[in-house]
Amino acid sequence: MGLFILRRLGVMILTALCLTFIVFWLTNLYPNLEKLAKTQGNFRMSDEQVETYLGNRGYTQSLPVKYGQWLGVLPGYVIEGTDGDTRARCENHGAPTEDTPTFCGILQGEWGFSTVFKEDVGGIVATRLGLTGKLMFWVMMVMVPGALIIGVLAGMREGSRTDRSLSSISILSTATPEYVSGVILIAVFATPLFGMQYFKGTATSAMDDATFNNFFLPVITIALYGMGYIARMTRASMTEVMTAQYIRTARLKGVSFPNIVMKHALRNALIAPFTVIMLQFPWLLNGVVIVETLFNYKGFGWTLVQAASNNDIELLLGVSVVSVFVVLITQLISDIGYVFLNPRIRIS
Amino acid sequence: MDPLTWTGSLGSILVPAITITAAVFVAGIILQLVMGLFAPEVKLQANPDGTLQGRGGLLGRLEIYNGWLFLLLVALIAAFVVLSWFMPYGEAGILGEMSKRFLPVWIALIVTFALSITFKRKLGLYGKLFDSTIGMIGFGLVMFWVFTAIFVGLFDMIGTHDPLQQISGLKNKTPGEPVPEPDTMFPHYLLGGDNLARDIFTRMVEGSVIVMVIAPLATLFAFMVGITLGLPAGYYGGKLDTVLSFLANLILAFPVILLFYLLVTPEIVATGLPNFLAAFLFVFPLIFFGVLINSRYRSQPSKNTMLLAIVLIPLAVLYLSVVSEQGSPLFVWPNALDLISIPGGILVVFVSVVFVNSPTVFRIVRGLALDIKTRDYVAAAQTRGEGTWYIMLWEILPNARGPLIVDFCLRIGYTTILLGTLGFFGLGLPPESPDWGSTINEGRKLLLIYAHPALPPAIALLSLVLGLNLLADGLREESLKD
Repeated sequence: MGLFILRRLGVMILTALCLTFIVFWLTNLYPNLEKLAKTQGNFRMSDEQVETYLGNRGYTQSLPVKYGQWLGVLPGYVIEGTDGDTRARCENHGAPTEDTPTFCGILQGEWGFSTVFKEDVGGIVATRLGLTGKLMFWVMMVMVPGALIIGVLAGMREGSRTDRSLSSISILSTATPEYVSGVILIAVFATPLFGMQYFKGTATSAMDDATFNNFFLPVITIALYGMGYIARMTRASMTEVMTAQYIRTARLKGVSFPNIVMKHALRNALIAPFTVIMLQFPWLLNGVVIVETLFNYKGFGWTLVQAASNNDIELLLGVSVVSVFVVLITQLISDIGYVFLNPRIRIS
Repeated sequence: MDPLTWTGSLGSILVPAITITAAVFVAGIILQLVMGLFAPEVKLQANPDGTLQGRGGLLGRLEIYNGWLFLLLVALIAAFVVLSWFMPYGEAGILGEMSKRFLPVWIALIVTFALSITFKRKLGLYGKLFDSTIGMIGFGLVMFWVFTAIFVGLFDMIGTHDPLQQISGLKNKTPGEPVPEPDTMFPHYLLGGDNLARDIFTRMVEGSVIVMVIAPLATLFAFMVGITLGLPAGYYGGKLDTVLSFLANLILAFPVILLFYLLVTPEIVATGLPNFLAAFLFVFPLIFFGVLINSRYRSQPSKNTMLLAIVLIPLAVLYLSVVSEQGSPLFVWPNALDLISIPGGILVVFVSVVFVNSPTVFRIVRGLALDIKTRDYVAAAQTRGEGTWYIMLWEILPNARGPLIVDFCLRIGYTTILLGTLGFFGLGLPPESPDWGSTINEGRKLLLIYAHPALPPAIALLSLVLGLNLLADGLREESLKD
């Protein structure tokens, strides 16, 4: 078991390194740097000026070197620029002083400086993650119990009318991407069009003070899309358990149907959905980006869109590091959790 | 011209009838669900005459009533659609006029269904689809949009105006608004005007063409890539499998939207990265068909060469004319021989959708290959001394077709969702493009003030994806039956 976790961790770190390198490479392609120079300096820079601007700030070093510096395994650059100023990476492109550290990368906890928000990336990511965490918490509170109940009810008696109606509902929910359900929900419940203006169409006020009124629509929009998928997986796992030998034995012994479902079947049927719920996180991340943009809730997903559309390199890298780690860690938890939950694998 | 109402003169009878039926039906379904939880189990009883009797009692009767109610509901809606064809202009309201505009689609649908149901026993899996209600509903929804795309794209029929035409005074107008000069053009904006005073109905049906061209093609390409890489990974295993699986997981661990933002921004497009990616991804169909033919006819060289030439030369020409584009770094094919020129935006969107989809297909194919390679017929082929590619493509692949067809349907739906996501963030396609994602994106900006422009494309996308999901579900159910 220990070896298994270690190996998984190794693969995870390798994946994270590869992914961040790809993001680093794509954001550091020359046209992107040129755009950065022009937005940071001025828009009328000539090609030579762009070249010197980037050179003075260490952007023209070779890619592996820059990546190493960003990661914190190579010393940050100190360049005496063509304009006479000396700039150091660890001083935010300012003049180096006595206490300027040699290494300043992710490993040292230096996430860099956002060019859009004019703030430290670490701080931005932390506050935005907090906001998104609040959203995700409520999504989970709605989605997981809802999906499990639908799945268990549908899988209890395979092929029954209940099963068919609930399965159709879950198909409908998987077929509705967030930007469709969000638009429809806002149009129906937040505009006077249908006379049912019960909720607010933006969640900006929910950042400070989340109420049922302003937070319900974004939460339900994300939850709906994931719910159908988890419900279908739960249903599949439940139908499989209900045909198992020990359920038949329990029936023959005369145990009542509710008792069979609650005491015998449910525990085994919920192992598979656990994995699915964990693996659902990357998809939720997608949903979060769409819903936060749609409802103007300035969380992590909204930050990703801002960083990506303005080519804010360091913020984008910080965001992708976090999201890649969220994805990989949930995969790890789902693997390990599956082993722990399933006695057959645990004992062997 | 007066503004149109939603249902016109038909509304006074049919709309209350439909509403009441639908309400009773929904109430019945809910009652049935609740009762189903407490009802005793189904017990089959033998009648004296040898027939079997299913569940009786209140629940059984409720189920039968609900079935009839559903049929009544369908009949009422069908009556509304059919009656509106025979009414003079404007009498049947907005819905009736839309139903009239879709007349060619209805006819095509009726013909398809009539033919398919008549010959369903001779049509294999496709025919069996017409045994399941879910499958038929799904197929109907999908074919509705397929026919719409055909009639709009090829014959320019259903749309009422030009999708880019702006008529002053109709900006953000609600559905059924008359145009200022009704003599020269279609007299109403059926679903109202958008933020730039364009006809929403026309843009919605025009959008179906873009989706219907890109989504199935991109899915097909993703399948080619996934199959060509997944079969050897599953069949050989070992190092090849480890490396390919690692790469697939790498792409899958990327948040899709981040990937889109990184690939589709104008700066990245300027570096030519999408063109290189296209050059890489579009090779796979060539490899696939080359290997497919070669592994089968290797022992008959003359036939082999002929078939290879017939298939590969057109494909290669197509490949070169798609990949090579003037102004991009990959300009290798003379313009004179360039058959098709894909606008840059569409190519980028296409490539990124294929790129995102293929790792999942790879994993599915790999899993299927791992399972099937232990079967006896594979061992038999190995004993006969068949080549490995022959075994993979002619023994394993045909036997994996069931799950792959089902996944193909689901994946077209997913690709449609991805295309919509790209449009929603305004990536790739030009902003005036009528595709559903972009129009939703346009509409959502003023959603709280004018909700009507965003709704038609949203509902259209929903119905297509729902249709594909239901179709996949029906196919899965029917293919499991035998």
